[in-house]
Amino acid sequence: MATTLLEVENLTVRFPRLAAVQDLSFSVGVGETLAIVGESGSGKSITALALMRLVPPPGRITGGSIRFDGRELTALPDAAMRKVRGAEIAMIFQEPMTSLNPVLTIGRQIGETVRLHEGVSRRIARARAIELLDLVRIPEPHRRVDDYPHQLSGGMRQRVMIAMAVICRPKLLIADEPTTALDVTIQAQVLALLDNLRRELSMGLLLITHDLGIVGQWADRVVVMYASRKVEEGSPDAILDAPWHPYTQGLMAASPRHAGDLHYRRTPLVEIPGSITSAFGETGCPFVPRCALAEARCREVVPPPLSLGDHLVACVRHDPFKEAADVALAG
Amino acid sequence: MSNGTRVLKALRRSTLQAIPTLGVILVLNFFLLRLAPGDAAEVMAGEQGVATEESMAAMRKLFGLDIPVLDQFVAYINNLLHFSLGYSPRYGMQVEDLIAQRLPGSILLMGVALVFALGIGIFIGTVMARYVGRLPDRILSVVSLVFYSVPGFWIGLMMVVLFSVTLGWLPSGSDQTIGADYSGLEWLWDRVSHLILPALSLSLVFIAIYARLTRASMLESQGQDYVRTAAAKGLSPRAITFRHVLRNALLPVTTMAGLHFGTLLGGAVVVETVFSWPGLGRLAFESIMRRDFNVLLGILLLSSILVMIANVITDLVQAWLDPRIEVR
Ligand SMILES: Nc1ncnc2c1ncn2[C@@H]1O[C@H](COP(=O)(O)OP(=O)(O)OP(=O)(O)O)[C@@H](O)[C@H]1O
Ligand SMILES: [Mg+2]
Repeated sequence: MATTLLEVENLTVRFPRLAAVQDLSFSVGVGETLAIVGESGSGKSITALALMRLVPPPGRITGGSIRFDGRELTALPDAAMRKVRGAEIAMIFQEPMTSLNPVLTIGRQIGETVRLHEGVSRRIARARAIELLDLVRIPEPHRRVDDYPHQLSGGMRQRVMIAMAVICRPKLLIADEPTTALDVTIQAQVLALLDNLRRELSMGLLLITHDLGIVGQWADRVVVMYASRKVEEGSPDAILDAPWHPYTQGLMAASPRHAGDLHYRRTPLVEIPGSITSAFGETGCPFVPRCALAEARCREVVPPPLSLGDHLVACVRHDPFKEAADVALAG
Repeated sequence: MSNGTRVLKALRRSTLQAIPTLGVILVLNFFLLRLAPGDAAEVMAGEQGVATEESMAAMRKLFGLDIPVLDQFVAYINNLLHFSLGYSPRYGMQVEDLIAQRLPGSILLMGVALVFALGIGIFIGTVMARYVGRLPDRILSVVSLVFYSVPGFWIGLMMVVLFSVTLGWLPSGSDQTIGADYSGLEWLWDRVSHLILPALSLSLVFIAIYARLTRASMLESQGQDYVRTAAAKGLSPRAITFRHVLRNALLPVTTMAGLHFGTLLGGAVVVETVFSWPGLGRLAFESIMRRDFNVLLGILLLSSILVMIANVITDLVQAWLDPRIEVR
């Protein structure tokens, strides 16, 4: 793996009545794409916001460390953190419709980032904005630069968001469900654009999604989150072809692109029963209420992560070493 | 579409809409005023204490009150078409000249009051939103509630008691020191010091309204997604407030300010009377008492035009602030 750009260890984010992220560890290498998958409410967005130190109050980071490019972000003073945001770590949000300011032209909003971080003049910022609109393949950037957000389609707005995010050549780009609000044909274009930019600008990319279908094509590594915790991590091949955690298996079975694969026939789940809210405030494995394979010991402690090679799982039923031995014996 | 063309389009639309409205207002005002009991001749006769049938008839003839109402209306319209608002026997001059004398005073008072209301109101509202739930917010909330619920003229009188009578800092009436021959800075301070109290009492209730409105709409804007985007760019809280939140939050405030212009005119009548400010409001009050319909009609017509101009300006400001307003 390339040199580490971002290293998150035991990150915990709490709201007064619940923990949105617990004991989360992962890392992103320079130029690498890490996907975080999980269903709604599993804590993906809060994780992303925590990396930017933008967790909405009353939520706050209560533990763990975020090391980014040699600095500890959790300990950075506010002013220093503002210099990181937008310049070194940039973020794209889920809702392109509402994430742009309706009363400012897109040119001003894109240019605002360079004006802030590089102190360039309004004219140069505008020229850079046009350049970036061209880079994200918006037709007629000279004309479009003076448009207001409501004059653009959803796909174009998301491109504008991307232009705004990469204008200062950040080292890490966080894309929080960048394509969820877009229709399918546009999704692929936007993902391809992100991937191109990642390569051209050699950024690390943190791609947050609940769609396992896009993971295989675009990610180098995958983290699966469930109810505020990481339950499995591995290469896309490992996660898609041989998921270990019952939740990931359920996710795969529920994903239309994989439901037909033979691999998942042994799992009784087609749709994961129950909902994520049933998992908070209980002891033991958070997935127990919805797990078809749960047994008594699952309720006792939160399963510690176990790994074999670079595949990691947090499930007491699943001892990777035993699995490896089984495979070895069978083969 | 550029900002400029949008604003021009808004201007044309509002102007076209204003013309029929003005016609209706004219007709209504004219006939409603005739419903008031008594006429100028009676008032004058009452003041003089003697009245014979002949003198009354002579006065009515002089005032043009002896012909049927419809004919009076036709005569009035005819006057208007010749850019005349008629003659006021009471003041012994053409109504338009009379109004032209008083208009600048009123415009000055209302303009300054509006600037106070918007400036102070938006500032207080912004502070309240920044410190929501904390001490500054609580104190200002109470203060604005007081301003809102107590009549402006009463606060005006109390300010006269405090600043003019007790402290002697500011004059209590008129628009300048009578008979004084100031020049330069002295003259300016004389005018400004006469303006402060009336403008403040006229604007207090609006300061309260705009402060509360700004606070509410800032709080709403603060929770929007684009504010999070701005924070993710690395902007400071202050830059976020001024560049992103405030502009969106001002949209409802400008709408309200436009709607309030008529109310402000009404308030001016009271405040001008309390502070004996030589403006249209006091003139209107006096002409009601004297049944001087020509003057009153002229003032009402002018007020309607002022309100319409205010609406046009509101539309323009809105079109300028909010690109989503598409002008049909
Ligand atoms: N402002 C907030 N106040 C209280 N709880 C919150 C707040 N924001 C998020 N949460 C809680 O934190 C948990 C994680 O939310 P998060 O937004 O990270 O989920 P997500 O994985 O991004 O889901 P989605 O796919 O719907 O975006 C949820 O249980 C949510 O209810
Ligand atoms: Mg989310």
